[in-house]
Amino acid sequence: MSKPIEHDYIGLSEQQLPSMEKSSDKKDGLHLKDTELRLGLPGSESPEREDHDQNVLSLKSFVSGAKRGFSDALDGGGNWVFSGGSGGGTEGLFSPRRGGKNNGGKDLSGSDSGSVLKDGAAQKPSVVQEKKPQVAATSSHGNGNIAPASKAQVVGWPPIRSFRKNTLAAHPPKNDDGDGNAEAKLGSGCLYVKVSMDGAPYLRKVDLKIYGSYKDLSSALEKMFSCFTIGQCGSHGVSSGDGLTESRLIDLLHGSEYVLTYEDKDGDWMLVGDVPWEMFTDWCKRLRIMKSTEAIGLVTRQCLLPNK
Amino acid sequence: MQKEMAYSFPDEVLKHVFSFIQSDKDRNAVSLVCKSWYEIERWCRRKVFIGNCYAVSPRMVIRRFPEVRSIELKGKPHFADFNLVPDGWGGYVLQWIAEMAGAYPWLGEIRLKRMVVTDESLELIAKSFKNFKVLVLFSCEGFSTDGLAAIAASCKNLRELDLRESEVDDLSGHWLAQFPETCTSLVSLNISCLGSDEVSFSALERLVDRCPNLRSLQLNRAVTLDKIANILRRAPQLVDFGTGNYAAELQPDVFSNLAGAFSSCKELKSLSGFWDVVPAYLPALYSICPRLTSLNLSYATIQSPDLIKLVSHCPRLQRLLFLIQVLDYVEDSGLEELASSCKDLQELRVFPSDPFGVEPNVSLTEQGLVAVSLGCPKLQSVLYFCRRMSNAALVTIAQNCPNLTRFRLCIIEPKTPDYLTLDPLDAGFGAIVEHCKDLRRLSLSGLLTDHVFEYIGTYGKKLEMLSVAFAGDSDLGLHHVLSGCESLRKLEIRDCPFGDKALLANAAKLETMRSLWMSSCAVSFGACKLLGQKMPKLNVEVIDETEPPDSRPESYPVDKLYIYKSVAGPRFDMPPFVWSMDEAVKILH
Repeated sequence: MSKPIEHDYIGLSEQQLPSMEKSSDKKDGLHLKDTELRLGLPGSESPEREDHDQNVLSLKSFVSGAKRGFSDALDGGGNWVFSGGSGGGTEGLFSPRRGGKNNGGKDLSGSDSGSVLKDGAAQKPSVVQEKKPQVAATSSHGNGNIAPASKAQVVGWPPIRSFRKNTLAAHPPKNDDGDGNAEAKLGSGCLYVKVSMDGAPYLRKVDLKIYGSYKDLSSALEKMFSCFTIGQCGSHGVSSGDGLTESRLIDLLHGSEYVLTYEDKDGDWMLVGDVPWEMFTDWCKRLRIMKSTEAIGLVTRQCLLPNK
Repeated sequence: MQKEMAYSFPDEVLKHVFSFIQSDKDRNAVSLVCKSWYEIERWCRRKVFIGNCYAVSPRMVIRRFPEVRSIELKGKPHFADFNLVPDGWGGYVLQWIAEMAGAYPWLGEIRLKRMVVTDESLELIAKSFKNFKVLVLFSCEGFSTDGLAAIAASCKNLRELDLRESEVDDLSGHWLAQFPETCTSLVSLNISCLGSDEVSFSALERLVDRCPNLRSLQLNRAVTLDKIANILRRAPQLVDFGTGNYAAELQPDVFSNLAGAFSSCKELKSLSGFWDVVPAYLPALYSICPRLTSLNLSYATIQSPDLIKLVSHCPRLQRLLFLIQVLDYVEDSGLEELASSCKDLQELRVFPSDPFGVEPNVSLTEQGLVAVSLGCPKLQSVLYFCRRMSNAALVTIAQNCPNLTRFRLCIIEPKTPDYLTLDPLDAGFGAIVEHCKDLRRLSLSGLLTDHVFEYIGTYGKKLEMLSVAFAGDSDLGLHHVLSGCESLRKLEIRDCPFGDKALLANAAKLETMRSLWMSSCAVSFGACKLLGQKMPKLNVEVIDETEPPDSRPESYPVDKLYIYKSVAGPRFDMPPFVWSMDEAVKILH
């Protein structure tokens, strides 16, 4: 097992759950390739794993709680799973499988495993090891998508208020820059952006800085907005275990398509994925997950725009 | 005889006497003396502080205190500051405003912290309270400049508008122009959180011009350095000033204008802001440095040599400085300089400039803090981010500063041991709690075993708030804290191996605290249900964004747990990912 369980703490040791490595097997139960969330314009081929910055993100069946991660396409068949799903394949959502340093919560290995369902669901978003907030899986896939030189971050650690983080990150301290001419970037380096989703009762916020790629971002959003679908499942009186799976399956088939769009610093709404990731994090002011029917106008416009 | 004395004072006299009693604690004590004092006291209580907006309902507050003029409410748990509480969790103020609108027509002051405030709430405030004077939105969110416009336009006698660290949706900068020309009552305005397009500078200038009592002004980042002089000249009576952007190309006339403007502010004692600071402009402050008691440079990426220069060029600065917040660029050498100059320092906060970097980017270690503890005997409050620590250093700090009331140490890498001995830092923190007998607030970090909690439980008798992360070995640790810390009100824990046993064994303790937060620990769903069942005075809430907790076996640990005492019963505004363990509440949302 890759996750180091250093301490046998009370109450949980008898509850070791199936290890993450095996969880990829569970996932194959759902053969829903056709309705999987995919990266790419509807109808397009799944792009190669390494380079998807140029592709438009589309979130199929997003709201229906699909257990399929749409990054499935990204991996070239790798097993991304929805937040509810287990870690799929090598890039599972659960960092313990990553092995390697346990940045905290020596106990957490247990907690982590404690949260794995038999269908491999329920990664606690705030679990420590090597992860980015709201995305249990970090980018250490062994593909080109590696996190930046700073180590993978833990949610809410170090404990610095968002306001401060945003302020400092937007205008990174200049080293050895004696006269420190102010970059004329007031307000453009915004990192915490609001994410709204058509039909969701409230906004979420994401810190773009912590993701290394569109794929990371899309997984995180998937996970974040899944709670609305869980809520829906709950309100239909879904029972635990298999019932949940079944209901999601049904919803999947009737689910509708969504696309991810963003408002850039000029105030225009664009489809996400049109520019390189680094540029995107600079330009993006706000995100909106909108019904693809509404986004059609954007698609058209996008095609007509010269490449930025 | 004594009984007669109690009745011998007419109510008016008692009321008059009570009016001198301001502290909530004392007022609460007064109200317990006897029924008639309870009655008199409740009719003349003007200020209410509610540390957890879900602990009591608006109706209950209104029923008991019918004549309130000032209210303070806090919403989300503290860990919401670090994104551990998902959006939509709660903390909505609207219902409070709606109920108070009817019951408290004379309400004049609303102070909110970590609450969700919508434009609708602001508009309701604007039209409901004719005597509205003070609005403080500390770390709030959910509103836009439209809501602010409503406040500005309607509140004719507004004295204080403080939006510190709130998230405001920027729609237009013209809300400031909504303050009527007749509004001259502003005393405090803090708009430092607003974005670049949210402030109309000319409207701001006119506002400052016509408010002769303006004492505190915090500008936002969009206000450039060259504009500061204009503002200061219009408000030479300022006591507390937050600059906007403090960067510009060095130009002699801009500099001298700025220096002149600062020197005309004879009352200025507190400075903040300094975004993007250009060190060459710092000397413009020299004229006021001798008077400064508070200096917040925590957004100023100012290097150590520049800081030392600032401090050393002002001979009297050393003696008056009380609070300094700096980025760790200040480095050990800067802190050593500070320690030798600022003998009256009471509060120090050192924030990290690069918290996610792997390698330390500056030479800031435990030595800086040790130096300050040695040089500043009045030190009471510390917030310090660093990358290494030793037990020896902590012991020294504890011995040098027995008056510490707040000690928050964040060693950036979780579970970092003593860098000299590789031991856990139990002994060091133990020394802190042992020597600092008035310690009220403590945040731990580094490698820590159950022993540190034993120390805390033994010595931390005045401890009110404890924050724990990545620490401890077993339930024993939690048990020490819950059973030993008599004054504990708020406990927040993340990523620790604390489970059911300690929690259930100390369930009664939870009713004496304001709240308990545990995330990524080992508390099972079954234990949560049990607590919810057995402890009717507690609201036990499980937060899980991925799966309903009852879809798993009861022995599975919950993701996040928030327990708080409440007389209002379970709340009704929970989002789908929050489950109440109250038996009466249906799990279905």
